[in-house]
Amino acid sequence: MKNFILFLALLVSATSCFAQSQRRNISIVGSSTVYPFAALVGEYFTRTTGNLSPHIESTGSGSGFKRFCAGSGLQYPDITNASRLMTSEERATCLANGVTQIIRMKIGRDGIVLATSRAMPKLNLTLQDIYLALAMQIPDPEKPQRLIANPYSRWQQINSALPNVAIHVYGPPPTSGTRDAFDSLVMEKGATTFPLLRKMKKENPAAFKQAANRMREDGRWIDAGENDSIIVQKLKTNPNACGIFGFSFLKQNEENLQAAALNGYFPDSANIADGKYPASRSLFLYVKKQNSSMVSGLPAYLKEFISQRASGNRGYLVRRGMIPIPDREQRRNSEIVKSMQSK
Amino acid sequence: MEREKMSLLTPSTALRRRYLHDRLFLLAGRLAAIASFSTIGLIFLAILYTSLPAFTQSCIKLPIHFEETAFSDENLALADYDMLVAQALARIIPGVTDPGEKEDLMGMMSPGAAWRLQQMVGSNPKRIGTVEQLWLPASADIDMLRKGKLDRTTPEQRRRLSKRQLKWYDQLNAEGRIKRHFNRVFFTAPNSTEAELAGIYGAVKGSLLTMFITLVLSFPLGAGTAIYLQEFAPRNRLTTTITVTINNLAAVPPILYGLLGLAVFINFFHLPRATPLVAGMVLSLMTFPSIIMASRNALAAVPRSVCDAALALGASRMQSITHHILPAAMPGILTGTLLGLAQAFGECAPLLMLGMVAFVGNIPAGITDPATVLPMQIYLWADNSGQGFPEKTAAAIVIMMLFLVIVNTMVLWLRRKFENSHPHTS
Repeated sequence: MKNFILFLALLVSATSCFAQSQRRNISIVGSSTVYPFAALVGEYFTRTTGNLSPHIESTGSGSGFKRFCAGSGLQYPDITNASRLMTSEERATCLANGVTQIIRMKIGRDGIVLATSRAMPKLNLTLQDIYLALAMQIPDPEKPQRLIANPYSRWQQINSALPNVAIHVYGPPPTSGTRDAFDSLVMEKGATTFPLLRKMKKENPAAFKQAANRMREDGRWIDAGENDSIIVQKLKTNPNACGIFGFSFLKQNEENLQAAALNGYFPDSANIADGKYPASRSLFLYVKKQNSSMVSGLPAYLKEFISQRASGNRGYLVRRGMIPIPDREQRRNSEIVKSMQSK
Repeated sequence: MEREKMSLLTPSTALRRRYLHDRLFLLAGRLAAIASFSTIGLIFLAILYTSLPAFTQSCIKLPIHFEETAFSDENLALADYDMLVAQALARIIPGVTDPGEKEDLMGMMSPGAAWRLQQMVGSNPKRIGTVEQLWLPASADIDMLRKGKLDRTTPEQRRRLSKRQLKWYDQLNAEGRIKRHFNRVFFTAPNSTEAELAGIYGAVKGSLLTMFITLVLSFPLGAGTAIYLQEFAPRNRLTTTITVTINNLAAVPPILYGLLGLAVFINFFHLPRATPLVAGMVLSLMTFPSIIMASRNALAAVPRSVCDAALALGASRMQSITHHILPAAMPGILTGTLLGLAQAFGECAPLLMLGMVAFVGNIPAGITDPATVLPMQIYLWADNSGQGFPEKTAAAIVIMMLFLVIVNTMVLWLRRKFENSHPHTS
């Protein structure tokens, strides 16, 4: 009994001590694509400013927004990394929970690559090929007026120029920003090459989304979890599989992996920066401005993130595989950070 | 009908068959033992072998000139330490002017080289103005090349090191400027995104702090509850229900404790996420039922006669317990506690919910600093596809196994010690 009272006393005293008004470390959640960049910046930030290291969780863009928008106190994250824009529903949740001052910063660009092991012949795919390989339902090749279950099991059946290899693709789960971007940049674009789906998109957008984004469930598409590294590991051991992940992971593993060209463009810095590579997108940080006075080092962290030595054209993030944004946008970022610091 | 001749000198077929069964059983048992032992041995050896490269780090010897002009700013942290490293490299490999080439040259060193210099100047500003020959960490790619894990024959466009870098490497190697040193960083540093700078100490300290909280909360609570329930509590429906509940608690999957911790400690009490405090509280919830069960068994095993004798000689109920029963039951209670702690030490699932799967780049100073724990660190590194991380993962597993071996040895030692001093239970 005594012990129980002691335990309760400890609990109560603990809560009163630690219900904080100031936090010494920045709390970051969100996209697994941005995670390695955020961690690297965190390291430089810690070494040069002497602040405590930020606490960075790789949750995926979707879960990141959910946690970020849950409230504005110290127990909620200060920054969420995202590999897509915040949706209007997410913004509404944020507002409903009192998260009113959100700053969006575009920090770089990234390409979604479809990579294979070097043992496999190089793929040159169109968006239509990918749609036909991965969608649950596709227009019937004989009677293009109706959708049928996806009949293809080998790449060659889709397009005779492709290798005769079984379709086997590891990709991110629906909570991931990479998946959202892949859906809208690749699957939907591939779907609209068919008149049936183009018509559907106009008349019934919900049904179109369903048709274009629903991945096959017969084991040829595999949700591989939120962590892109796991997919990389899988490709190393399985030479016939393809994987979908961010460009930086390809760059770290170029020794073993190669990327497929999409619509004739290979993912490289130039093609991703100017958007010629079809599956390229921007990376963002969403910052909760309300927390900047309660969390030490928040503006300093952002300053390090957008500094020339990090995000500049030859910065350490770029060496890690982030594609830099144009100077004009970089200048806009430094103005945002300046306005935060002056407060 | 002729019966088989019975003789005591030659064994009958029935007897032979029975002996054969004996021998077969013995053989099967031995094979099973050998199989399980060799599997474990093989796994352990494989991990140990993979981990070996992680315990050394390739370093490059550079002549660093701490020139005063580089330290014009009052704040020493703002000096350009990368430039000091670049200048030193230029001294031993002269004639590099092209920016791309310079970048390649710099790419042979770890960013940790500059941080080392920053640390050295910070701890002793008198260094400014002097010249020193220093062994500084090479980049992960150079390290892997040195350890024979990078294939030189891969075509250049997909090799991690350029032709120039290989040439410089050979030059430095011939001059004796590249050497493998014992990797002290691994044992003293927190996690890092660069394999050559990543250390295990942050996670080890996180684990120790977490275990401290777990021990402080669950041992008194568990042992106290066990003593009360075993020695004082009346046997009625209420106490039976409590006992059954506790037994069931020990069988609850750990992830549920994580959810409970998230809902109660973090969301309701607003304790800071991902800290040893919260992790320890959740793990102690998980550990204390098993401590109660082990302790009750240990208490029940003490002969009643000991207690009766004490009471007969005029000891109070409390005295008979604290002076006689408890010391005799101590080995059992401690064993249960240590085994519970060992289980908590290796536990990952509940901590997933508390935000401990995260990058933490410094060593936690106290129980309210964000931290990660050893099993989490293993999980994070196993996921990391970067150069050099598979070796780090194996090394972290070796460290974790070492800790478990230490705990188990402690259990044995404690049992021996207490059993010798208290003969009641033997």
